[in-house]
Amino acid sequence: MRLEYFQLIDRIVDLNLADRKINCEATVPTASTIFEGHFPGYPLMPGVLLVEAMAQTSGWLVVAANRFERMPFLASVKDAKLRTFVRPGQVLAITSHLEHEGSGYAVLNAKISSDGKAVADATLTLRVLDFPNAEMAEQMRKQADTIGLKIEARANG
Amino acid sequence: MSSTFETIANIIAETCDIPRDSITAESHAINDLGIDSLDFLDIAFAIDKAFGIKLPLEQWTQEVSDGKATTDQYFVLKNLAARIDELVAAKGA
Repeated sequence: MRLEYFQLIDRIVDLNLADRKINCEATVPTASTIFEGHFPGYPLMPGVLLVEAMAQTSGWLVVAANRFERMPFLASVKDAKLRTFVRPGQVLAITSHLEHEGSGYAVLNAKISSDGKAVADATLTLRVLDFPNAEMAEQMRKQADTIGLKIEARANG
Repeated sequence: MSSTFETIANIIAETCDIPRDSITAESHAINDLGIDSLDFLDIAFAIDKAFGIKLPLEQWTQEVSDGKATTDQYFVLKNLAARIDELVAAKGA
């Protein structure tokens, strides 16, 4: 995880498009400026970043499902539960299931666990739009390579 | 009144916390009921699930943007119900 850069997913552990599921891994850094404020003397991974980690995991699943043709953006978070504290250095397993792929949106159920213990879960709605520009699309492909998302873009036409 | 309309009216009432008796077949989802695009995603999700279809929201939005259709054609509830019936029939054909 690079918290300051909002790069919260370290690697794709498993991607199963037939079952519409993804499993990612991320290790909370042992040091970050975020922990200087959250909280002094008791560093905790902020809950909003746990939600963001679920959103990014869900987003990679949607990106894979549409083969980099479109970009998901977080639109709503429902029933978010932050079940336990997450400390620096913890390894997180983040999963998401694509419950429904609608026209221009997707609904996913995401969960985080650590050492087999439930950490967080939420139902997320992502808007799925055309990439705003080519640069963003290219950067997403590069980041996908970095985290091990191996999906080829559809050939044109 | 069609059961399709009843279903979508109930979905809207529950999803958007709008009194059910204020929702009529002539209601325009956006102009009369004040439903915004984000709330309409929730409605679309519920409709997709209830009817086993995929509302072509992007196509409809594009048609309105291009001037090929009016929002009334898709977002007045009696018309929305008719579009849903068409999608359900097409699915079963």
